Parts: sequence; C-alpha cells; structure tokens
Amino acid sequence: MSLLEFENVTLKFGGLTAVDDLSFDVQEGEVFAIVGPNGAGKSTVFNLISRFYDPFAGAIRFDGHDLLRVKPSAVAAYGVARTFQNIELFEHATVLQNLLVGRHRHRKTNLISEILFTPTARRQEIENREKVEEIIDFLDLQAFRDKMISGLPYGVRKVVEVARALATDPKLLLLDEPASGLSVEETTDMRWWIDDIRRQMGITVLMVEHDMGLVSGVSDRVLAIADGAKLALGTPVEVQSHPAVVEAYLGKAS
Amino acid sequence: MRVAFKTNYMQDIRPWKDVYQLGLYLVLLAVVAAAPWWLDDFYLGELTNVLIWAIAGLGLMILTGHTGQASLGHAAFLAVGCYANVILIEAGVPFLIAFPLAGLLTGIVGATVAIPALRLHGIYLAIFTLALSILMDDIIVLAEPITGGVAGKYLGGVEIFGYLVDRWATPAPFFWLVLAVAVVVTLGYINLLRAPLGRSFIAVRDSEVSAQAMGVDIARTKTISFALSCAVTGLAGALMGMFSGAFNNETFSVVISIQLLIMIVIGGLGSIHGAFLGAIVIGFLPQFLSISKEYAAALFGGNTVAIPGLEFGIFGMILIAFILFEPMGLYGRWLKIRTWFELFPFYRKDMFKRQKSYLKTERLR
Repeated sequence: MSLLEFENVTLKFGGLTAVDDLSFDVQEGEVFAIVGPNGAGKSTVFNLISRFYDPFAGAIRFDGHDLLRVKPSAVAAYGVARTFQNIELFEHATVLQNLLVGRHRHRKTNLISEILFTPTARRQEIENREKVEEIIDFLDLQAFRDKMISGLPYGVRKVVEVARALATDPKLLLLDEPASGLSVEETTDMRWWIDDIRRQMGITVLMVEHDMGLVSGVSDRVLAIADGAKLALGTPVEVQSHPAVVEAYLGKAS
Repeated sequence: MRVAFKTNYMQDIRPWKDVYQLGLYLVLLAVVAAAPWWLDDFYLGELTNVLIWAIAGLGLMILTGHTGQASLGHAAFLAVGCYANVILIEAGVPFLIAFPLAGLLTGIVGATVAIPALRLHGIYLAIFTLALSILMDDIIVLAEPITGGVAGKYLGGVEIFGYLVDRWATPAPFFWLVLAVAVVVTLGYINLLRAPLGRSFIAVRDSEVSAQAMGVDIARTKTISFALSCAVTGLAGALMGMFSGAFNNETFSVVISIQLLIMIVIGGLGSIHGAFLGAIVIGFLPQFLSISKEYAAALFGGNTVAIPGLEFGIFGMILIAFILFEPMGLYGRWLKIRTWFELFPFYRKDMFKRQKSYLKTERLR
C-alpha cells in the first residue's frame, strides 16, 4: 500500500519552477531516498509535505488524507515527522524538553488541567517520559539528556533531531540530509539507525541525501530529480547507472 | 557539586530538585509572609509594590520570555484589568468575584488583540503593541462615562469576608492578598512550564518551523500565550489600582510598558525568578536613588536637588549595561555564580555562551 502519494505536483516561485509535475509514491515499510544535484528541489519536496508551501497544482495524499486540505500543524497529527537540513532544534531547551515537544501531538490535557497539574496531566507526563526514554536509549543520547541544545556539538544535534522526530511516534519519517556534516563513523551509525528505525519500529523513511554510500546502503528505492523534475526511479543500482542521472551530475559526453 | 540521582520520573516532573530546595523556598515564603511583623508600614508598602510588579512581570514573561513575542504595550492590559476591577466593584460585584473576572476580561481582550498580532514578528510586533499602549490612553479619555476620563477613578478598600483590605488603613491584609495572588500565579506558571503547553511556548520561541512540524499550532499557541499573559497582567493591574488608590488615563502610560520590559530583561528573560528579581530592582531603585542622593548631599554639602529624569536615565543605563554584559539577566548571573562554585575549579568562561544565530524561523518566509 502506498503511504505517501505525490501526484503531478508543481510549485512555482514567481517564474522559477521549483517542482515540475512530479509524481511518486512511497510504499509502507520502505526506505525511499531522493537524490539530485543542489537546487534540484529535494528539500522543497519535504517542505511541500510539511505544508510550508502550497503547490501550484497537483495533489499530496498521506495515508488516505488529502494533505493539501489541512493546516501545517495537522500534518504531524497524521503521523508525519521530519528533520531539517539546517537543524531546527529548540536551542534554549534541554534535549529532554526537545524530545517532549515531539510528544505534543499526543497531548490529551487542556489548559486548565495543565495549570492545575491534575493527576491526568501527571500521568501523561510520565507516559511521555517513558516513550522518550525509549528513544534516548535507542539513539544513545543518555549522556546528553539534561544538556542544553546550545552547548551540544553538531553531530549530537543531528541525532537529537532524529530523536525528536521519532518521539512523535510517526508512521512516516522525513530525514533531510541526515548525514550531512557527519564524520564517517557517525554516518555509519546513522546508516544502522535508519535500518533499525525501519525494521524494529516499522516506520517508513523518506530521505534526502547526498552521501551515495548511505543511500545505496539503506534505501529500497531511489528517486533522482533535477530542476524539480523526475529523472529516474528504481533501485539504487539502477538509478546510479541511469544515463539521465549520470548526465545531470557529470554533464553530457561530447 | 550535588548531583540528584533520579530513580523515577516524578523526580524529574516535580518542580523542586530535592527536599533541600523545596525547604529553602518554603522558608523564603514564610519569611516574606511574616513581613508585616518585621517591616514598618512604609517598607511593607514598598514590598507590596514589588510583588505587584512581579505579578505583572510574570504576565509579560509568559509572552516575551517564553513565547518570544516582544510586547511594549502591556501597560494597556494593566489598565484594562484595573478599570475592569473597579467598575465591577462599583457595580456591586464582591471583590472575590470581580478580581478574577477582571483577569478573565483582560485575557479575552488579549486574545482579541492577538488575532491581528499573529502575523507580526519581532520589531513589528513591538511597534504594534507600543501603538496599543498609546491608544489605551485615548480610549480611557474617550470612554469617559465608564472610565471617568481624565478625572479618573478612585478605589478605596475592598471587603473580603467582612474584613477591610485597604492599602492605607490595613496594609498587612493587603500585602497578604497580593502575596497570595503572586504565589497562585507562580504555581500556575510552574505547572504550565512542566506541561505540554509551556513546552510548546518555548518551541514557538526557538523555532516556529520545527514547532509546526511537531504538530504545534502556531496561531493557537500564540493566542493562548497572549490570553494568559494578559490575564495575569490584568490581575496585576487590578492590584496596582488598589495600591495607588486613585488613577486616571495617565497612570498606565507607555513608560510603564517600557519599565515592565526593562524589568524582565534585567531579571532574566525566560525564567520565573527573573520576574521577581527584576521587580526588586525596578521597585527599590527609586528609593535607593533618593536615599543615596541624600547621602551624597550630606557628603558633599549643599541641598538635595531634584534632578528631573534621573531615575529613567539610570534605568536606561542599567538596561544597556545588562544587554551588553549580561543578556541573561540577574538570574543568569546567579546561575553562573552558582555553577562556578559547584564546579570549582573547572568552570570555563564560555560555559554559558550562547551561539549567535539569526532568527531561524524567518528563513522560510
């Protein structure tokens, strides 16, 4: 069953066509990667799913819901979580608080019960923490639990972002360049984590990535785009050797 | 360095770190509550004033310190709370109902104001709220039949369960009333911060895009923040009206708005302690200045001269000094000193250094 469907989506910024009649679908349980040269529109695809942009034409469906009809904050409520290319953590809060914000979509209390901190609110806090601790354990963040984000090194922040996205308990995880700026060891860790996220947690992963080692290592299918349009779609090996992809990256042989 | 060894989640959820810390705050509360016995009436009045400012500061802290929405117009909400309280009492509503109602009304006004304010960011929001503060002056004058216009209104004491609570006649009960309100507001604030809503405020402050991606409805969160902030400020306004007795359109001027903002910056943005520390500075500085002026006059001879604008000049200088040297405010300074002692001799100078980052949230616009 396809979890996410992109159907003939077009997005224009003035005269620039950022996404050009793009269609693809992500199957439940797979790791789907989007590759392409800089400015190809990869992150724009993510921002379309997060509803930061309204497409000019086309449809985006997730799990049977028409995403174009809902507010940006409702996308998370359907079970889509994401990370950002340039790390968008809550800087002046601890790792734990960041992860707890991820639990926001499961909030059952209201203003009054929170101000009075009723037993319901207390129970919810404990439940949230149990869930968050599992993720801290999974991604080895114990040492940083009570540290402020503003004091953390880049590599750790990258992992905290993945952790925060996982804390929302998503069906689909969007990873925007999970390995950018990471060392070789950290990238290897990330590779196994993505594998575990899919296998152990049963979460579908859609990622944008430049590191072809990581892409071919974990993804089932790869979509290559350039200038917002589809170049090739298939297994990592197929896409890497596809003539249109080679041309987009290396130019035409004269 | 004391490390709290946590063995269950409640140790993390409850507001105090350990029994020692809880005890410290309870002792502080007891000492302050006993103030009528160890302070004379003049200083008791000053202390009451500081507490009222602290409540107003808590109100502004919700919006500016925790949700990141700068407001230069909170005096307008002080005015709404103050007038609502007095008008309700004059209409025969008992104080214990009129007072929370005044807070509620101010909250509703705040939520209404939030609707156009939602689209504004940073400096534009500050300008919008500043305009609001200036407008309120005119609205009070124009709405003369309700507000008494330039002549203003007067509120003597109020009765609670048959006891007279009045700033001048019975300063002690009035002090306790203010203290009780401050304690209740603070407890509510603490609860909010350890619950999802408080965290979503911080999320909106630090990164709107990712808050949205986590399922936080930005517009709704900001509106709630405005409403709560204004409700608390309204309560402070009602108390301020009772404290000053008489008030008119000029009582809640733009200057008060600016003073409020200065107060929470000096105290430390984004902390409950900051509101109280800032209130102590703002509340006691004028007294401190006049006393030191007398000393200076006695020392150098000559008469005590009134220097117009001295107070605000010094406020301004203090604010600039804080922004330059201690952006985290008094509370931040206290944290640094405490950490220095806790980690001695391992404290590093850049331990609290914040990374400079431009407003990330504006990147996607």
